[in-house]
Amino acid sequence: MDLLLLATDQNTPFNYFPIALQLVVAIGFVIVMMVVTHLLGPKRRTSDKLINFESGIPSVGNARQPMAIKYFLVAILFVLFDVEVIFFYPYAINFAELGWEGFKAVLLFVAFFLCGFIYIVKKGALEWEE
Amino acid sequence: MMLLQMDVAFIIEKLILITIILFGSLGIAMYATWGERKVAAIMQDRKGPSRAGPFGLLQPLADGVKLFMKEEIIPDSSTRFLFILGPCLAMLTALLTSAVVPWGPDFQLAGRTVSLQVADINIGILFIFGVLSVGVYGVMLGGWASNNKFSLLSSIRAASQAISYELAMGLSLIAVIMMTGTLSLREIVAQQHGFWDGGFTWIAFRQPIGFLVFLICTFAELNRAPFDLAEAESELNMGFHQEYSSMKLGFYLFAEYINLFVSSVILSTLFFGGYNFPFMDAVQGAVPEWLFVIICVMVLLTKAVGFILFFMFVRWTLPRFRYDQLMKLGWKTLIPIALINMVITGIVVLARMK
Repeated sequence: MDLLLLATDQNTPFNYFPIALQLVVAIGFVIVMMVVTHLLGPKRRTSDKLINFESGIPSVGNARQPMAIKYFLVAILFVLFDVEVIFFYPYAINFAELGWEGFKAVLLFVAFFLCGFIYIVKKGALEWEE
Repeated sequence: MMLLQMDVAFIIEKLILITIILFGSLGIAMYATWGERKVAAIMQDRKGPSRAGPFGLLQPLADGVKLFMKEEIIPDSSTRFLFILGPCLAMLTALLTSAVVPWGPDFQLAGRTVSLQVADINIGILFIFGVLSVGVYGVMLGGWASNNKFSLLSSIRAASQAISYELAMGLSLIAVIMMTGTLSLREIVAQQHGFWDGGFTWIAFRQPIGFLVFLICTFAELNRAPFDLAEAESELNMGFHQEYSSMKLGFYLFAEYINLFVSSVILSTLFFGGYNFPFMDAVQGAVPEWLFVIICVMVLLTKAVGFILFFMFVRWTLPRFRYDQLMKLGWKTLIPIALINMVITGIVVLARMK
């Protein structure tokens, strides 16, 4: 009883237990649905049917070829900047206690963030028209 | 022994709540498809679904049964395991985000305090962001595993769009967290109690720029018009789920509508007071507790339905962005706006504290 009261008052791993419960229920739901639809549907496989659709045009070659580098650049930039955004979160929570001193420090951090941001913009990493 | 009994009661309580939330959101997602078709029909001066049942109300059920009974086709050249995993992952993440939403106030039942929130964790917002990021994998895996050029292109578009707008989304929320000082959704809702206490309590009115940026990013995260480039029919046939059939296709479509519903709920929770409404203290004094809880839940659902309708009106009104415009808006407009908004919020809040 005491343990449980403690668990609800403070933040312990116990608080995450219902999420695990929901995960189990959700996985169960997904698996059941997949199995049911697998059993219900007709199965008349022909070799033509199992070809990739691709709008009905005979498909040429494999789809897994090198793609435009821009997309990967966006992904890499996302990783860099998202880490910086996540660094803001602990500050935002303790924002009131830290007061003006903390705010000055964060302004410096924002300045670094902006430096990086302006750099990638100037480098043309976000230009999509060649 | 006491502890064990409490635990069993606790697990049963949570299981009932989880079941209600999951099937509730599935039901609402089903009827959101009906609503979307009706809204589109009315806006285009058509009738929309009208044959199955009164006002076509049985249409979603018919669609669901149809998807169940269809043949599943897994193309020969696809990667089988990932092809099946893709839609499962999309559905799973759609079902998980609702875990941290507070659906209503606590109430007493048989001497226990029952909470209408599945898990009260102190990092609720970060949990949502985490699950959202995993959701990108569902789209990415599905598109890549299909081994179809259009699907691949669509999934890469969807993924880079989702991660681009996640940045602005995260930045716009920082200003909100500065004002509330917590990441727990329960706390954020509690701080928006009522509607007016000498100033607006709802965050949307105190933080309008943050709200707008967050709203735009929600459109992009949901892959909805005007940001539905992943499903640009005129360029990509159908999108990342082109090779899918049967319930696997249904999972992608349903997951989209569940995400629509949960996002609307989260928007209401973060910015429009969650289950709070004007004069709620007077109402709480006047009606029995069970009725008050039901009113609160209904208020939250009404706000969510309002947002869903707003998403639909926008979808059938605005044309689609071009990809470079989309990226330009996300990176070069929304991120600087959110950053400036954060700094200004900091200055204003600190100046007021003095």
